[in-house]
Amino acid sequence: MRYLYLYPRSVPRILDIFFWPMVELLIWGFLTLYLQQSRLAIPNFITALLGALIFWNFIQRSQQAVSIAFLEEVWERNLLNIFVTPLRISEFLIATVFVGIVRLILIGLTLGVLAYLLFKFNIFFFGFLLIPFILNLFLFGWILGLLATSIIMRFGQSAQVLAFALTLLLQPFMAVFYPVSVLPKALQYFANLIPATHVFEGMRVVVFSGQIPLTSLFFATVLNIVWFIIAIIIFFKMFDYILETGQLMKLVD
Amino acid sequence: MTDVILEVKNLRKKFGKFEAVKGISFNLKKGEILGLLGPNGAGKTTTIQSILGLIHPTSGVVSIFGKKMPGDREEILSRVNFSSAYVSLPTNLKIWENLYTFARLYNVPDFKQKVKDLAGFFQINDLMGKMYGTLSSGQATRVNLVKALLNSPQLLFLDEPTASLDPDIADRVRRYLKIFQKQDNLTILYTTHNMGEVEELCDRAIFINEGKIITQGTPKQLVRRFGKKDLNEVFIKIAREKHL
Repeated sequence: MRYLYLYPRSVPRILDIFFWPMVELLIWGFLTLYLQQSRLAIPNFITALLGALIFWNFIQRSQQAVSIAFLEEVWERNLLNIFVTPLRISEFLIATVFVGIVRLILIGLTLGVLAYLLFKFNIFFFGFLLIPFILNLFLFGWILGLLATSIIMRFGQSAQVLAFALTLLLQPFMAVFYPVSVLPKALQYFANLIPATHVFEGMRVVVFSGQIPLTSLFFATVLNIVWFIIAIIIFFKMFDYILETGQLMKLVD
Repeated sequence: MTDVILEVKNLRKKFGKFEAVKGISFNLKKGEILGLLGPNGAGKTTTIQSILGLIHPTSGVVSIFGKKMPGDREEILSRVNFSSAYVSLPTNLKIWENLYTFARLYNVPDFKQKVKDLAGFFQINDLMGKMYGTLSSGQATRVNLVKALLNSPQLLFLDEPTASLDPDIADRVRRYLKIFQKQDNLTILYTTHNMGEVEELCDRAIFINEGKIITQGTPKQLVRRFGKKDLNEVFIKIAREKHL
């Protein structure tokens, strides 16, 4: 009974039952569909898959750098100590960017070297495009981190699962391992609003055709700028909300 | 008045329909220790958080060092510090890592020497290499106080600093505080539920209940005014009688 009482009001438990299995089903389902449609005759498929996996890690870790930095202060009951120093919230955010960049470099190096040694996959296959690709993924991860932190500020620790999983929630629609065209039409519109979708689409263009996907990069960058502005507005509104409602202390409790 | 460090004028805070703080006004002079007292839910925490800029007050003015909060937040907070029994430092950092981090946040010049001096005063030298999470309550309180004094604050907010300490350790902490307060002519806003502590430490006390100031004065004046044996009895009377 003790556990059953918890289920109706516990977001992580509800996600465990309904959402995560659905996310996995969608990802593997769409990937299978893609493989079936292309009758397994996709050139450089392994390269595209490994590239997607490494790029995917860039988004996920960059998102976590922001939201887990904030959550760590909550878990450690250190949030008030931080916010009674002269530190500005904007400086706190900039610090998370630096942490994110360090993580990004370390992850990139580790995965890049491992992928080369084990699978002969060279991340520099993408040439100079690697830089705008990665910057776009990093920025989008950071945007998701800001949004996850905003939701945690609004709904408290019950929403902390988002700090780890917001990117996963969006993964089926980002077309990480399969092209957008595999998705149902309605979902394609949604997918095209996500900056990372265009990066992954662009990455596949490079792998499969060797062409430079400037349109994909353009859309990814423009969408990132729009989402960045939206995320910043939401973040500062939520920060204002916790100062207005006295939630800062309650976040820690 | 130039020696007023903190001035709170007609501070109000509403959470929806509930008014937690109902027009509180008081000030704090240089070198004074003021006890902000009251039962749970009286409005003490909301008042302190409003002063520190952690809550937006609904109305009223908070001036510290003659500057307005939150307008001059960064300048004010660089000269203020805070310690609470209910707030902790990161448990997965060593003591010196914690103190160095906060010293940098406060932009303390020659911070390594400052940490060394304070660590010597509070006798935490042997703890510097330990993780904060492994400390006892008494050790953690001393480390919290070192953190709170890193920037040589002119105004210190102490929220029940001796809560959860045994009487011996609590007495030591009070002694440390007295020495430090005298040495630096430190101004302190102190909250506690230990009335003996208020009698021992505070120059003046303000009793708050249901968001309003009920009475204020020196501990001795308050005991006399209410015709009670000690401040503990005054507290109980105020907490139990809603409208004095």
